[in-house]
Amino acid sequence: MPSSASNPVWRRLRADRAAMAGLAVVVLLLLLAAAAPLVTALEGQNPTAFHNELIDSATGGVPIGPFGGASARHWLGVEPGTGRDVLARLVYGAQVSLSVSLGATVVQVALGTLVGLAAGLGNRLADTVLSRTMDLTIAFPGLVFAISLMAVVPGSFPRPVLLMLVLGVLGWGGTARLVRGQALSLRSLDHVAAARLSGARSWRTARREILPGLAAPVITYAALLLPGNVTAEAGLSFLGVGVRPPTASWGQMLSGATTWYQADPTYVLLPAGLLFATVLAFTLLGEGLRTALDPRAKSRLRRTRSRRSRQVAST
Amino acid sequence: MIRFLLRRAFSTLTVMLVLSVVVYLVFYAAPHDPARLVCGKGCDGVRLAVVRHKLGTDLPLWQQYWQFLHGLLAGRDFDAGTDVTHCSAPCFGYSFQTDQPVLGMITARLPLDASLAVGAAVVWLLLGIGAGVLAALRRGGIGERALTGVTLAGMAMPVFLVGLLLMMVCCGYLQWLPFPSYVPLTQDPLAWASNLALPWLSLALVMAAAYARMTRSALLETLAEDHIRTARAYGLGERRIVLGHALRGALTPVITLLAMDLGGLLGGAQLTESVFGFDGIGRLLVESVNTIDLPVVVGITLFAGFFIVIANAVADLLYALADPRVGLQ
Repeated sequence: MPSSASNPVWRRLRADRAAMAGLAVVVLLLLLAAAAPLVTALEGQNPTAFHNELIDSATGGVPIGPFGGASARHWLGVEPGTGRDVLARLVYGAQVSLSVSLGATVVQVALGTLVGLAAGLGNRLADTVLSRTMDLTIAFPGLVFAISLMAVVPGSFPRPVLLMLVLGVLGWGGTARLVRGQALSLRSLDHVAAARLSGARSWRTARREILPGLAAPVITYAALLLPGNVTAEAGLSFLGVGVRPPTASWGQMLSGATTWYQADPTYVLLPAGLLFATVLAFTLLGEGLRTALDPRAKSRLRRTRSRRSRQVAST
Repeated sequence: MIRFLLRRAFSTLTVMLVLSVVVYLVFYAAPHDPARLVCGKGCDGVRLAVVRHKLGTDLPLWQQYWQFLHGLLAGRDFDAGTDVTHCSAPCFGYSFQTDQPVLGMITARLPLDASLAVGAAVVWLLLGIGAGVLAALRRGGIGERALTGVTLAGMAMPVFLVGLLLMMVCCGYLQWLPFPSYVPLTQDPLAWASNLALPWLSLALVMAAAYARMTRSALLETLAEDHIRTARAYGLGERRIVLGHALRGALTPVITLLAMDLGGLLGGAQLTESVFGFDGIGRLLVESVNTIDLPVVVGITLFAGFFIVIANAVADLLYALADPRVGLQ
């Protein structure tokens, strides 16, 4: 993020209180995730050690003590059933959530930009075929495909990477559609036409003349894709086809919490609150970026014509 | 009109065909042996060859796909010499793990997903359209700001979170409702509704925001049109103008969105089913992924895909019927 006071984008973003709150939460989460080993070392716990002495075997494993067994040694209590440290699992879960969603967004944007450029600058046949493919991927409920694809990939493949790739491969359609539209309008501009007529190769034209013009809309779109990917990762892990135990993930904790919410509500509310805060913060930051990068466009929430973008995980 | 229908039907069928090729290739060209999975542990070479022959995976990939397509359109037999399994058309595959045709497994669970989808749709239409109309009528007022807030929160709350919290409050603390477990409509309508109330509400809360936004924007657009100005000039009351004239035109995009969402939900509501412990199509998919029952995974993926493609076509048709400007070319 450029911090010079003269940068108009940064200035506009700073004036947007909701976006700044979102940014603060995002930075906090990133720090928390990056410092996960530090946080757990400070607490003196780790995310995988079982503590049978802290759960009540008579009730099937409810943590002993109020607030999910919170104590000076386990700041946010322990997991019902296993006695693993909740804080440690939350911060390591943040690592998974953030890295998968960021990685998936990068794959989506990279694929979408490539396909969109190829469609927008290629010949008519390429454009037709690629546009049809985009329509198809956008219309599809990605969750079904994401779940199914987990069946054919060998279990030894690292799950977080697999999740990034699956979400990326299923979610590039929107970016491609956006890039295609931008490329079509940019290529009729004078300087691009001049480059083409002077005999520059189309790949070079794409890189030198079109890509810079795409930066703002693509960054905005990517920022709004991110919260969807956080939800998607949590959803897949919730269903048990995402990150595998013993790796911690918020979705997995929530799935475990479905059987414990009566006896131990703390265990539901902590990952739920964290997931909610993360998605909300990314959404607010994305909306802020959109208005900061293009002051003429109003926030998507208030736009007169709203087109719904499908997310990979919805129902 | 007939030309429009024919063209739409043709493109729909083409997309379905392409989809079946893609799905089949993705799942069967993968570097693993479906026969070994079906055969199970302690499977020797002779038996493996028999299973392979029965599944048809000893053939080249394109022939396998041809058999699959043939099964879809005209039924097929899985033939291993003495042991023949018939799967009648439309054959979405055969699960050798459970010894059932995949389509039967899906249709057995379809009433649940249909109940879930239709009931939730009623709730989210009431919520979404109601909120959208209110927000459009009082622009800049408290209703609009509330809508923005609720929309933001709705976008940040995945359905499994909403469901979990609702269940915690309504069934756990307040004990207003029983913990949901599916009761068929034909068996006991009252129990059906009270058990599905929370799943309906959670799905609706997540979906309603999109409908509210769409209703609001479409209504504002329609209210700015000439025929509304004419109606105003005739001295019609504001309520009649909005509810009698403007809303009708504004609902067209809402109807197409509804067709798409219903189509998506009929292919399984994985997360909702999972939170409430319902044994629907989505749950079946997740379970089949965990047991690597490949024919079921392929069958459900294709089934869900077909529903979406058909819903798309229905949405287009409704749009063309409702809005003469779109035209039926």
